[in-house]
Amino acid sequence: MANANETGPSGARKNIFKTLEFDTRLLGMIGAFVLVCIVFNVLTDGRFLTPRNIFNLTIQTVSVAIMATGMVFVIVTRHIDLSVGALLATCSAVMAMTQTQILPSLGLDYGSALMAPVAILVGLLTGGLIGAFHGWLVGYLTIPAFIVTLGGFLVWRNVAWYLTSGQTIGPLDDNFQMLGGIGGTMGETASWIVGLLAVAATCLAIIQARRARIAHEFPVKPVWAEGMLMAIAGVLILGFVATLNAYQVPTRVLARSFEERGEVMPEGFTQGYGIPLSVLLLIAVAVVMTLVAQRTRLGRYIFATGGNPDAAELSGINTRLLTVKVFTIMGVLCALAALVASARLSFHSNDIGTLDELRVIAAAVIGGTALAGGLGTIYGAILGALIMQSLQSGMAMVGVDAPFQNIVVGSVLVLAVLIDILYRRRTGDT
Amino acid sequence: MVDRTGTPLVEMRDVSVSFGGIKAVDHVTVDLYPGEVVGLLGHNGAGKSTLIKCLSGAYSMDSGEILIDGKPVDIQNPRDARKYNIETIYQTLALADNLDSASNLFLGRELVTPMGFVDDAQMEAETRKIMGRLNPNFRKFADPVKALSGGQRQSVAIARAVYFNARILIMDEPTAALGPQETRMVAELIQQLKAQGIGIFLIEHDVHSVMDLCDRASVMKNGQLVGTVNVDEVTDEDILSMIILGKNPAPATA
Repeated sequence: MANANETGPSGARKNIFKTLEFDTRLLGMIGAFVLVCIVFNVLTDGRFLTPRNIFNLTIQTVSVAIMATGMVFVIVTRHIDLSVGALLATCSAVMAMTQTQILPSLGLDYGSALMAPVAILVGLLTGGLIGAFHGWLVGYLTIPAFIVTLGGFLVWRNVAWYLTSGQTIGPLDDNFQMLGGIGGTMGETASWIVGLLAVAATCLAIIQARRARIAHEFPVKPVWAEGMLMAIAGVLILGFVATLNAYQVPTRVLARSFEERGEVMPEGFTQGYGIPLSVLLLIAVAVVMTLVAQRTRLGRYIFATGGNPDAAELSGINTRLLTVKVFTIMGVLCALAALVASARLSFHSNDIGTLDELRVIAAAVIGGTALAGGLGTIYGAILGALIMQSLQSGMAMVGVDAPFQNIVVGSVLVLAVLIDILYRRRTGDT
Repeated sequence: MVDRTGTPLVEMRDVSVSFGGIKAVDHVTVDLYPGEVVGLLGHNGAGKSTLIKCLSGAYSMDSGEILIDGKPVDIQNPRDARKYNIETIYQTLALADNLDSASNLFLGRELVTPMGFVDDAQMEAETRKIMGRLNPNFRKFADPVKALSGGQRQSVAIARAVYFNARILIMDEPTAALGPQETRMVAELIQQLKAQGIGIFLIEHDVHSVMDLCDRASVMKNGQLVGTVNVDEVTDEDILSMIILGKNPAPATA
């Protein structure tokens, strides 16, 4: 292992994946995901891999995936957050109450354009403040995160209940509901534009990274390998957009929207949904969180602290403040997830986000985040959330009984961690 | 020969630290001049690491004061220590195992692009440059430091101190985990740093290393300073008897 590294590019045992510098762990997860998809597609006679189901799968994954990206930071710094589902409920309750009671009592009417932005801002603030409070308890008062968030789990679930008296609060503002999934999609043209922009940005990033390495005279990958990476990224991104565009808006929905505008729908008119705004939000969160993890001091300190807290402290990193920041990010992401979850339902319900803490932790862990700290990736966590959701909805489509669904998901979590341990032992990557 | 006529670079005056009633450091005074290596010796638990951690900011002292260039300073944490160009190389090697050598070298002081993002390419280039000087055999720039040997890890830790222009360097048994060749490398490095006018506190167990590397030696026992001697005025046995018996050699007390 060590020798292979030292001999460098001239080493004999080189394969295409090494040349492309692909993360083998990522490949394993993608393999597992593809396997899950194929198996369910066969079992459901091709209903699993339809544009419609892929569309639904993505919008069902968003809420948990958004929180899972924050959980990566929490777990990387050797903490845990058991309160994310409850925090989601509190944020959702606060946002719902803001729209239905607080703002109307201040004279802002239902349907006002200010409604959604103000409610979202209040929600994000609530999540951030509660997260910061958790972080302060953990970082400065040195209460273990397990205890703080176990308490938070009970507290915030019931704060939400108290705020709403346990009632369902709705309907939510129309603009607010746009972020729920099928209620707000970009349409085909805008989706293609976003897709092409994403491809362009990916290619540009690859080229710039290469330029930087050449400028410092570091070894670079062969040009064909870079080209192949760009091609793979392009195919994946545009394929995803094409799939979401292929899911057609039902004809009667289209006809109704034409009627509302006082027009007549032309014969044979069709329209695809395109990228849901909630998925766009998830992509934005993923990009920002990946940038934070890999390209900022904050991210560097998060991973350094996870790898060796003493070293981080002795290097002059304020690890207490860092803990506050990490939990604040987690809180803000819970609020974003609450936004998506309640918008998708079109109301706040008392049981919103129940068991989400376990799904979020499972997604992060299946995605390769090590509970011992110091290791984890944002894309891994999102892929983990996608795998969990695929299993869940695949089994529902096949008609597996509810208890068995949870038994399978639980077993998969344990199995995934076992495979990860075996993998790390083999590569000497403890 | 070290010039000790001017103001000392560092003076730790009358420092005491206690942990739950036990005096780990009991009214100890040591000083360090520019271009000088002062060895701190003593058995395990004699208090030398505790004393020096007050200077590096890892512990805060209960009483006493620290002067740098003759001016009293307040060092509460490692960030304060860095402000005064005090760099520490810890026995346990304060490296984050999961990060590569460049990230470790610049940990807490990353180079950033104008956009405010960390500039990994620039940091790797600087790391290659300084490693080329300190340890030309070093190749593993892309691997996390846990894949490195003891000597390679030590050179990352030393590179960190050198790169950031330390004026005061604290080395806690820098050669304890190293092979003979790597030990020689560290010895040469200490001579280089001395020549640049850096003051070095060297915590050591091994009397022979002290005789080779240091100008003066301060010996501690049970939290108290036994004495400070000029190394070329005493023998190994004198220092050993200071460590073991806590007795000063009769003539040469500096």
